[in-house]
Amino acid sequence: MTSTSPTRVPQLEPLMAPCCSRCTHSAETPCIHYVTCRMSGPQCHEDPACTQRMAAARAAALHQLTVPIIYLGAGTCGLASGMDQVISILHDALDSHGIEAVIKEVGCFGLCHREPMLDVKKPGRPRVCFDNVDVAKALAIIERYLVHDEVPHDLAMGYISTPDSMSDCPEYLLPNLYDLPVLSRQRRIVLQNCGLIDPNSLDEYVARGGYAAFARALAAGDNGQMVLDEVLKSGLRGRGGGGFPTGRKWQLTRQQTNTPKYLVCNADEGDPGAFMDRSVLEGDPHRVIEGMLLGALAIGASYGYIYCRAEYPQAIARLLHSIEELEKVGLLGDNILGSGFSFHLKLKQGAGAFVCGEETALLASIEGKRGMPRVRPPYPAQSGLWGQPTCINNVETFANVSTIVDKGGDWFAGVGTQRSKGTKVFALTGKIKHGGLVEVPMGMTLREVVFEVGGGILNDRPFKAVQIGGPSGGCLPTALLETPVDYDNLIAAGAMMGSGGLVVMDDQTCMVDLARFFMEFIRNESCGKCIPCREGTTRMLEILERIVRPYRDETTEQTLQRFKSVIMLEELAQVIKDTSLCGLGQTAPNPVLATLRYFRDEYEAHVFGRTCPAGACRSLLTFTIDADKCRGCTLCARNCPAGCIMGSAKQPHIIDDTKCLRCGVCQDSCRFDAVLAE
Amino acid sequence: MVTHVCKCTRDAVDEILTEYPAGKRETLIPILQAVQETFGYLPEDALDVVGKHLGVSAAKVYGVATFYNQFRLQPVGQHIVRVCRGTACHVRGSKLLLDTIAGELKVQPGETTADGEFTLETVACLGACSIAPVVTVDGDFHGALQPRHVGKMLKKYQKHEER
Repeated sequence: MTSTSPTRVPQLEPLMAPCCSRCTHSAETPCIHYVTCRMSGPQCHEDPACTQRMAAARAAALHQLTVPIIYLGAGTCGLASGMDQVISILHDALDSHGIEAVIKEVGCFGLCHREPMLDVKKPGRPRVCFDNVDVAKALAIIERYLVHDEVPHDLAMGYISTPDSMSDCPEYLLPNLYDLPVLSRQRRIVLQNCGLIDPNSLDEYVARGGYAAFARALAAGDNGQMVLDEVLKSGLRGRGGGGFPTGRKWQLTRQQTNTPKYLVCNADEGDPGAFMDRSVLEGDPHRVIEGMLLGALAIGASYGYIYCRAEYPQAIARLLHSIEELEKVGLLGDNILGSGFSFHLKLKQGAGAFVCGEETALLASIEGKRGMPRVRPPYPAQSGLWGQPTCINNVETFANVSTIVDKGGDWFAGVGTQRSKGTKVFALTGKIKHGGLVEVPMGMTLREVVFEVGGGILNDRPFKAVQIGGPSGGCLPTALLETPVDYDNLIAAGAMMGSGGLVVMDDQTCMVDLARFFMEFIRNESCGKCIPCREGTTRMLEILERIVRPYRDETTEQTLQRFKSVIMLEELAQVIKDTSLCGLGQTAPNPVLATLRYFRDEYEAHVFGRTCPAGACRSLLTFTIDADKCRGCTLCARNCPAGCIMGSAKQPHIIDDTKCLRCGVCQDSCRFDAVLAE
Repeated sequence: MVTHVCKCTRDAVDEILTEYPAGKRETLIPILQAVQETFGYLPEDALDVVGKHLGVSAAKVYGVATFYNQFRLQPVGQHIVRVCRGTACHVRGSKLLLDTIAGELKVQPGETTADGEFTLETVACLGACSIAPVVTVDGDFHGALQPRHVGKMLKKYQKHEER
């Protein structure tokens, strides 16, 4: 994956390079003014040529160029939706028209349902955004917009204002992207740069005020006291799920006298259905690293680790690139900017274990052991990595810190609710129209998030529930749609904030099936150290599997057992909750408890009526073909993945129930409504 | 554990180990990841060599290798089919998709077909929820995949092979 393509345009002024030979800054000979100099330099000498050169470099980093810029949404979701094909033809297409342009691969803007996205910014004009771009559409955009300078209103989705755009551009006839319902209700702090800047470019981050908060905190010379005070004032709580006040955690670690101290960024985003951290790491890695630098300063840590899932290769590549860039310019390493503060950052790849999201398990994994949690206390703040004081925070928590230090803790505390400050990023997925990444102020109701920001339910089907908080969270029904989204209200409703996965479900989703899905996940991911979690989740899964076992596969004794076990389900859940060692086990029964609490009637329909109201538990269905309606067109037989439909052409077909996968393909494909499921 | 290590395995592992200082336990997982990158799985011989290098018993190395989902102790097929089992994919029908692929390939998740062509795996979440359900084959994404598309998708890779 390439980032910018420098061959297409004249060499741009680099922002992070020295302005002339009078600049003495390097990683070995650091200068305290290095970052401030980038924004208003040079500071140590006066030379109009240098001032001009730095201003030009800033303008270039802010995308004010003399040639058009083409932005490609090249996050994992963009590439997966087909951006790779557009990339493969783009250079040739531009060459064939003789167009000079800069191509930038940017991270995810959050509008995943519109991917692949491609934006074009012409000099002095706003940035025009195109959605669902395939090869044909990309060629049309080049032809019409770049070659003939005709704004393709029918292809474009909207525009984004840029500081250098003139007031009377024809692009302004398009809607402003931030006025669209999906974006107008959002408040972007963590995601402010995502999708807008080149994540591989330190220049672009710095030109937008990046590392200024860190440079200021270093220059204050108070060992991070100012940072800590602001974070305490901001009321920021951990975004990884638990919601522990970040300032308090930092204070506890700062008070430890043992050195060295460690700071760890938990990027082991294991919740199925959550991808906030991936998008932030792919789209704006420097924001997370700056947050870590500020945190390290506040707690006095000299070593840091980012523990990132191996399933996120792009995030890993971007982080490695960013760390290398920072080490080169002396923003990571020894004696940063001559302040005496040193911080060494390393990336550790996870190896696919959900439990490693738990902090003590994560530390064991970094030490090269099996990722198993241990009893707390001692808390990592007292004894963490190799017995040293260690502070662990989530990606999104760190991504908030630079803005808090920059704008002040009081400013941040003004966003959100009484006890939950700031914003929260959610991955809005499932049966939703505008799926993607959204960042909303705390306290917005679930209804607003799902129906206003998310645009409502896919195919306008009825809303049934929203699953929040991943395998530790719960499902909230229609009656609770007015619940404000913040830490305390969600817990009271029987769910939890979790890391931010929000899966929307319609009437075709079965709650028993969902509970079974999460229980299977937890059973597989349980580390096996403590018995309540290891054995308890296995037993709970067995009970749930019995519920959907078809009548035909069951003996009388098994039926009896089934009734008995269902009665025990809640009791077993309580035991697991009360006696498990770590957070994974203690919250493991939540999906079952929450669905039992709000959707008990569905459980009853399965247990007593042996039916699945949503039609999702296919094992309870039997597919048959109505011989009177079947015309023998053979379509179902040809589509059947199990090959279990038999019959000659123009003769009624029959389904071999013993081989049937119950996939429903035959029912979907039949043009005569001859396939029955009951 | 075997005492006579195949020379070619040994050389390849030694090559990897030159980048990691001896006796540092925290490099165990990165080393195993590098070994798997080279071989596609963790050969038993390699675990022994890695353990000796780090001063960790073979049992402990094995313990780590079996704990994490990423590590495989069996060779894999030429193509790796990974079905995402995240919540968003589940809600949009990934279980059925998995069953269909398993039926088509006649293997269970985690197994390799008899002809060594495909290995079927599941993954907790690929983070591409907006195009659920997602399946990757050798890292290529196939989004919004329906059971009826499975046969065609797999054939594409098989055909590629014959050419």
